[in-house]
Amino acid sequence: MMASSERFSVLVEVRLREGIADPQGATIERALPALGLSGVSGMRAGKAFWFDISAADETDALAQATVVADRLLANPVIEESSVTVHAAGAVI
Amino acid sequence: MGVRIGVVIFPGTNCEHDAILAVERLGASADLVWHGDTSVAGYDALILPGGFAHGDYLRPGAIARFSPVMDAVGRFAADGGPVVGICNGFQVLCEAGLLPGALQKNRGLRFVCATVVIRVETGDCVLTAGVPVGTELRIPINHFEGNYTCDADTLAELRAEDRVVVRYVDNPNGSVDDIAGVCNHARNVVGLMPHPERASDPLLGSVDGTVLLSALLTSAASPVGATPA
Repeated sequence: MMASSERFSVLVEVRLREGIADPQGATIERALPALGLSGVSGMRAGKAFWFDISAADETDALAQATVVADRLLANPVIEESSVTVHAAGAVI
Repeated sequence: MGVRIGVVIFPGTNCEHDAILAVERLGASADLVWHGDTSVAGYDALILPGGFAHGDYLRPGAIARFSPVMDAVGRFAADGGPVVGICNGFQVLCEAGLLPGALQKNRGLRFVCATVVIRVETGDCVLTAGVPVGTELRIPINHFEGNYTCDADTLAELRAEDRVVVRYVDNPNGSVDDIAGVCNHARNVVGLMPHPERASDPLLGSVDGTVLLSALLTSAASPVGATPA
């Protein structure tokens, strides 16, 4: 029997670990002088994933979302992730 | 009876027929194994060929790792069966945790399609058994995400255990320590970015890939699993 559950909105952000070369970020940064901007540095490219999850409560939702992030969305060898959970309907 | 090779394919794999032709011409028989299959029984060795498994969505190999066949590949490997991942197959094996490290985007964001020279660094794995260390081979590469990386501890372990199988003579993609291919601790699972099956006929410009594939067939004829781990 399913326990009663709530819907949660999840945002997972994945980025390359510190020290892992990011040729995409570097290439983007090199394009910036064309915009007339010279003060931008430290550009890193990453990925963001949005999805909904049914869970008993926010703690459960965070635990499930963390499994998704750690086991699928990010490769821990080169990437790290952060997970944000909100009650469905809230704007992330 | 000759050696039987299972060539594991996923939706988006595209080098399977090249792999089959190359090993058949060396005297083996080979079949396609669909990613939805749950058994690899009856094969003496497995090849995970190149391509774009599951469209390379998310990351190359990230979805393929969850294909049903990968449980069977993992058991086959754990039992000492020879498993070789070529290009995308290497990426799949890394994502599946059967090999350490990861393949990231090439240095300079360059897709590289070229024949390169690689050097055999160990003769002690299923893909190089009997091949003299230092042998240089001309073999094509064809990839965007072939830049091998791993943490410092893993790299130290790979070096200490003589598990760097092949290195690029002139690093084309930024791989750490010029690594083109590695093997697992038991030396029966090997991954490499270069395509030996594409260097298997004079018409292709090189036959050097047959050095590696022949070694694989020899290894498959006398599996590692027959000896104590």
